[in-house]
Amino acid sequence: MVENRPFLTFLAHLVMVLGVLFVAFPVWIAFVASTHEPGTFLSGVVPMLPGKAGWETYRQILFSGVSASGAPPIWLMMKNSLIMALSITVGKITISILSAFAIVYFRFPFRVAAFWLIFITLMLPVEVRIVPTFKVVADLGMLNSYAGLSIPLIASATATFLFRQFFLTIPDELAEAARIDGASPMKFFRDMVLPLSRTNIAALFVILFIYGWNQYVWPMLITTDPDHYTLVMGIKRMVAVADSDPQWNYVMASVVLAMLPPVLVVVGMQRLFVKGLVEQEK
Amino acid sequence: MKRILMAGLLASAATSAYAQTEVTWWHAMGGELGAKLEEIVAGYNASQDQYNVTPVYKGSYTETMTSAIAAFRAGEQPDIVQVFEVGTGTMMAAEGATYPVYQLMADHGANFDPKAFLPAVVGYYTDTDGNMLSMPFNSSTPILYYNKAAFEAAGLDPETAPKTWAEVEAFSRQILDADAASCGFTSGWISWAQLENFSAWHNLQIGTQENGFASMDSELTLNGPEQARHWENLAKWQKDGIFKYGGPGGGADAAPAFYAGDCAMYMNSSASRAGVMANTEFEVGMGMLPYYEDIEGAPQNSIIGGATLWVLGGQTDAEYEGVANFFSYLSSAEVQADWHQFSGYLPITQAAYELSQEQGYYDQNPGADVAIKQITLNEPTVNSKGLRFGNYVQIRGVIDEEFQALLAGDKTAQEALDALVDRGNVLIKDFVDANG
Amino acid sequence: MQTKRMTFRSHWLPYALIAPQLAVTLIFFIWPAAQAIRQSFLREDPFGLSSRFVGLANYTRLLDNPEYLESFRVTVVFSTATAALSMGLALLLALAVDRIIRANQFYTTLVIWPYAVAPAVAGVLWWFMFNPTIGIFTYILEVVGYDWNDRLNSADAMTLVVVAASWKQISYNFLFFVAGLQSIPMSLREAAAIDGAGPVKRFFTVVFPLLSPTTFFLLVVNITYTMFDTFGIVDATTAGGPNRATNILVYKVYQDGFIGLNLGSSAAQSVILMLIVMALTFVQFRWIERRVQY
Repeated sequence: MVENRPFLTFLAHLVMVLGVLFVAFPVWIAFVASTHEPGTFLSGVVPMLPGKAGWETYRQILFSGVSASGAPPIWLMMKNSLIMALSITVGKITISILSAFAIVYFRFPFRVAAFWLIFITLMLPVEVRIVPTFKVVADLGMLNSYAGLSIPLIASATATFLFRQFFLTIPDELAEAARIDGASPMKFFRDMVLPLSRTNIAALFVILFIYGWNQYVWPMLITTDPDHYTLVMGIKRMVAVADSDPQWNYVMASVVLAMLPPVLVVVGMQRLFVKGLVEQEK
Repeated sequence: MKRILMAGLLASAATSAYAQTEVTWWHAMGGELGAKLEEIVAGYNASQDQYNVTPVYKGSYTETMTSAIAAFRAGEQPDIVQVFEVGTGTMMAAEGATYPVYQLMADHGANFDPKAFLPAVVGYYTDTDGNMLSMPFNSSTPILYYNKAAFEAAGLDPETAPKTWAEVEAFSRQILDADAASCGFTSGWISWAQLENFSAWHNLQIGTQENGFASMDSELTLNGPEQARHWENLAKWQKDGIFKYGGPGGGADAAPAFYAGDCAMYMNSSASRAGVMANTEFEVGMGMLPYYEDIEGAPQNSIIGGATLWVLGGQTDAEYEGVANFFSYLSSAEVQADWHQFSGYLPITQAAYELSQEQGYYDQNPGADVAIKQITLNEPTVNSKGLRFGNYVQIRGVIDEEFQALLAGDKTAQEALDALVDRGNVLIKDFVDANG
Repeated sequence: MQTKRMTFRSHWLPYALIAPQLAVTLIFFIWPAAQAIRQSFLREDPFGLSSRFVGLANYTRLLDNPEYLESFRVTVVFSTATAALSMGLALLLALAVDRIIRANQFYTTLVIWPYAVAPAVAGVLWWFMFNPTIGIFTYILEVVGYDWNDRLNSADAMTLVVVAASWKQISYNFLFFVAGLQSIPMSLREAAAIDGAGPVKRFFTVVFPLLSPTTFFLLVVNITYTMFDTFGIVDATTAGGPNRATNILVYKVYQDGFIGLNLGSSAAQSVILMLIVMALTFVQFRWIERRVQY
């Protein structure tokens, strides 16, 4: 701090408190809504304090599901979301670190072309290609499978860039030493590159986990079997029921449960999260 | 669908009684209706051991239809898909992608009599030769619900629903003056209830070529002076606080406004009845849609909405056998009466209607037969048997948009209707062009 | 392009290493995108039973269509407003946290977590709070005399999507601004303070100019975010309405393609979007490369 001005410090705290309130308020309301009887919402304004029906609501959506909302038990959808998120995360990190290693540590024909091909994926957001991609996945027999949920999403230009940039900062002496010792490239990768990349991998893991968990359009399109529904898509499904009204307490309880895992990851691994986010864009 | 194919081959080749043929059914029934649908399917599966029907909830009507089409393009289509009435034009034009129900039943069916179905329902889904193309499942029509407590508080007779729009206006004013509610009426499905059904109910043409039944190449004619007058009134009433807009599409805010007692009257699908009964703490009365007395031919009859089951092409014979068998079960009087009484959807066969009468359902539930009386009030005319236009899913969206422009004060009713007819006709042309 | 001075030698290993990434890219990105481009020159019925080459007709019709141009305008308004609001609030919060020595970690934690909330979920949250019948904000606004109705009023609807989209994006902008502020040498600010510049003047003469690379970078990222990642928010709140007031380009692609089943037009819109992303990515990438060269 440049100088000590109590008023400014007070103002800073005030701004932060207001900011925190703005950020937290919607979630508080969602939580409150999830603890009331469904009838509470149909007749007037949502209350501000939690009700008494919370345990029952959560118990019901977690384990028996709300068949009335066309949703299987939430724990099943959470499991699917988790499998999808982890597969995407692990897949992206694995194929990206390997290709970055190839691009940085080898010179080979078509190296630049390969780099640009990977780069192009940045320019093809999912909306641009969802119908043809669906057809590809169907032709490969991957509808309603964890493979179909994750593999089409694991190409990653950003992760490849991140690793490439990091590898460029690894001193050349290390590789030279490895070569003098007669170590194979893969041994060098395993013994030197991988351990050095540990923090980067962990940071990316946090970011990509969130990315994977929050997928919405893709799972909606390729899963027709409730056994493979994921949580985020399940919520929208609960809101849009034909000729019927959404059951707000269940919807909001699912919203709370859908936010919980990624938020816990961010809060619990804040340092890695910040690193992952900021480095990804450097 | 390889697994299913295998199951089908097994069922036809092997003599094993345990090899069941799998039939998949994509549907859009969420909420209580979805639970009931699953119950019906479970009943069917338990009734025989040759076929096993698996219902899959695919989200909203639009999502269900589009995912079925995407799946068809990828060769992964279900056997049966539930398609809402406005998708009829699209499904009909897709010859080769669908297996018309009359043909399916003739090829595989046992007991199937198209005449057993209510003409007002089936008419919407038959081709010009009278062949039934899809299987009616859940059909409804908009009716009027009203809050008896609010009527009473305003000094109105709680047993009398308003018959005409003049009465709706007068009743609303009386309710507002007495502070019995904060708005007179609201409505779900503006396009369906306040334009399409408004036109049919007043015997006004919706589009050329018999509302599109005679030819795909038709044009909308929804911008007549009567429709303009009604929309102008809705806009005026909205300003006066008599009418409250419930949002586009199904009108997500309309039902809560009625349930909460904000609006004393509510127009929506007869299938909303279960929801209305479950969510209101006051007594609810039901009546037919209001009409303008001075428009000749009103009231005529209302038209249906809801959805039918289409059978998609490209499956095995064994599966089609199963579909035909399941459809016979589905249209039986017992199943239909059960579904109708539970949901408020119309009974789709004469037998189901009569069975419900016999069971004393309408005596115990006054108002439950308003919908069926309303669609059968008069012999349907060319203007009131339904509508069938290509790209109508999008046209519904255009109708919502223009209605919003009207209420926001950007356009007069005539301007909004003219614009929606112009934009709708472009969409119809596109459809003809893509399918022609 | 940069490589190591020293590289390994192998004829097959680099290909094996890069093969999985390339396979996924080719099968699930390049091939489908090529299909989308092909589709944009065709007119086809929804089921794909018949199709016909129509040249540029899908494109010319789009550019002649006032609705499409309107969607462009809506997108610009939405992007600008969201970027301005979320970056403005984030900068304010970053400046505040930068002043606070104790407890700044605590505040940071409490502010950044919405990053983890899925756009569709954020949309549902805000939609619920502004629900005309049961929404808490609708109620508060009514008390102060404003009749909120995002179902009819275009400005209300736009406000709703902007607030929901900004809410989710503040955490991201906040972190970058905090990093940016921390990289400004304390000596510069101290020097300005010694010269007698007050906190406000210091901000405008020293801090903000030094933050400009961060600001510019965030602007590009935010525009990309509002153009593509906000699909779930719009879908869950306004669905593009009322009267197309919030029908941003990416939502229109979905509406025309998945609801309208007009695949040719939807594909043409996708291709136009692809060109826009390319331009944005190019700008962003130039920035990344520059940073790496340091």
